[in-house]
Amino acid sequence: MERVHRGLTGAGPGTAGAAAPAAMPEGQAAGRGHPRSARAARGRGTVDTLQGWALASPLVIVLLAFLVLPIVMIVAVSFWQATEFAIVPAFSFENYAFLLTSSVTWRVFGATLQFALITWTLTLLIGFTVAYYLAFHIRTTAMQTILFLVCTVPFLTSNIIRMISWIPFLGRNGIANQTLIELGIIDQPLEWLLYSDFSVVLAFVHLYTLFMIVPIFNTMSRIDRSLIEAARDNGASGWQILTNVIIPLSKPGIMIGTIFVLTLVMGDFITVRFMSGSQSANVGRLISNDIALLQYPSASATSVVLLVTVLLIIGVLMRFVNIRKEL
Amino acid sequence: MRSPNDLELVRLTKRYGDTVAVDSINHLFAPASYVCLLGPSGCGKSTTLRMIAGHEAISEGAIVLEGKEIGHLPPAQRGTAMMFQSYALFPHLSVKDNVAFSLKMKGIDKATRIRKAMELLELVAMAHLADRMPAQLSGGQQQRVALARALITEPRVLLLDEPLSALDPFLRIRMRAELKRLQRELEITFIHVTHGQDEALALADEVVVMNNAVIEQAGPPRDVWSRPRTEFVARFMGGHNVVTVDGIRYAIRSDAVRLGPEGIPATTTGVEYQGDRVAVTAMTGSDEEVVALLPEEAFFNAPLNPGDAIHLGWEQRWLHPLHA
Repeated sequence: MERVHRGLTGAGPGTAGAAAPAAMPEGQAAGRGHPRSARAARGRGTVDTLQGWALASPLVIVLLAFLVLPIVMIVAVSFWQATEFAIVPAFSFENYAFLLTSSVTWRVFGATLQFALITWTLTLLIGFTVAYYLAFHIRTTAMQTILFLVCTVPFLTSNIIRMISWIPFLGRNGIANQTLIELGIIDQPLEWLLYSDFSVVLAFVHLYTLFMIVPIFNTMSRIDRSLIEAARDNGASGWQILTNVIIPLSKPGIMIGTIFVLTLVMGDFITVRFMSGSQSANVGRLISNDIALLQYPSASATSVVLLVTVLLIIGVLMRFVNIRKEL
Repeated sequence: MRSPNDLELVRLTKRYGDTVAVDSINHLFAPASYVCLLGPSGCGKSTTLRMIAGHEAISEGAIVLEGKEIGHLPPAQRGTAMMFQSYALFPHLSVKDNVAFSLKMKGIDKATRIRKAMELLELVAMAHLADRMPAQLSGGQQQRVALARALITEPRVLLLDEPLSALDPFLRIRMRAELKRLQRELEITFIHVTHGQDEALALADEVVVMNNAVIEQAGPPRDVWSRPRTEFVARFMGGHNVVTVDGIRYAIRSDAVRLGPEGIPATTTGVEYQGDRVAVTAMTGSDEEVVALLPEEAFFNAPLNPGDAIHLGWEQRWLHPLHA
């Protein structure tokens, strides 16, 4: 180990001194205990640093190669120019100028945010309720685990299959309409059940509620049960316990779930396409259409704007929760 | 003994399925007294406390406080307050908001509840840390805050669930003196659950020893310690040997056992130096283990080693007969 230290120290301040005792007979070097150990400590510090970098490097490399580099490339391409026939490397704000001045962009971003907001509200309400039920009303851990696994059953199949399976249910002659007609509740099949914003939101909620349940359940199950008793001992009603103890302490989970759902909905394109029958638009579809037309610079610019929007939303949310924590 | 303000347990029972955690206990707690519920783990002492607090449903029986049956009221309406073993401070609230919590639940305005909370924090000498978060406090400080939070509801009975068990030994002794002082000042009943007999002896006006879901013995600490009713109490309170003489079980204080030329023959099995005295463990011919506590000087005048043959004796008046 000692030798390795010195080798690695390289041109560091210890090198010149370290070379001398290495050349000395072993006994002599050991006799001058103090300076030697000081040098060894310095060498150890360097090795620790190197070891730290070495341990971190696999993740750093993976993140650089698969996260940072692609984003850098998208940003770079977003400044390129494109014609019908060619993509020309350049540094031009053309794509952004077109994007930000087009009313279509604003409408589509608005629609995307609306989907995100509605889906977030519904998944939060459902997710919080389910997590609350699992964490506070199911007594045994075994039962909790079983019910939790039940929640994940839909995930045994792919997103697309789960979406498509709504179609025979919601369609004009689907199970829902037929049942309602047979029960005499409606005379005409409901048109808005499928290929509408309703069905898009329904699919989103169906797909993403679990992403709310998991983190909220996780934080809730870590809430010390004696806190609930202490609150009751202090005269808090069930509702007061919920608003004064459980919700504040579940905030980190709510926050994580929110980030999951928002990013998933904001970045989605396939759900909107399938469930709206290509009648609704969102930013994801804008990007996918551009890609289909080989308009990579335009797609990149839209992606960058979307990325910045999502990061801003998350930034604001983080601030909000942190500020509330301080109060 | 009865007064209009006492707390009484009447045939109080708790069952979990087939297991009986608390078996039909009756007890009258004198008002403004410091009572320790003492017993080994699983004896039902914590369950009893939690039933009084209202955090555990009662299977059978009643709890009467100041002439009113409180067994079916929600915790906050009973006139009791509980201090939890882990203190259960709300981690997202500052010290003063923790203390003011119950007032907030009652809808009292912020200025009033903060003022009241500061008074209580003053009482437990924590006012200077009112703006800290619980995570920034030491164990002893957290306990003071928990105490202030329990006392702000102006309970007539304060229930303490092993309040000192999370503290280091030095702090434990200091805090117990403080608990006692507070109880005297406030003149309310403290019911303190513990498994440490030294803690109970040091604090209590009355010790209630529980075992196997029932009360084995209750009384002033000196009575319980020096006149244990059963073998369990004698052994659990410590400082006693249980011996059989002529077929009757007796408790005999370890410090009343003498070593001498006459008496019951025994073999020394262990010698433990304890500073001011030495504990000599011996096995009698009838396979009963007897501990003799000898003054340090007396022991070292005639030192013993494990394996030495000795004779155990005592004055007849120290033999205390035990019930089954």
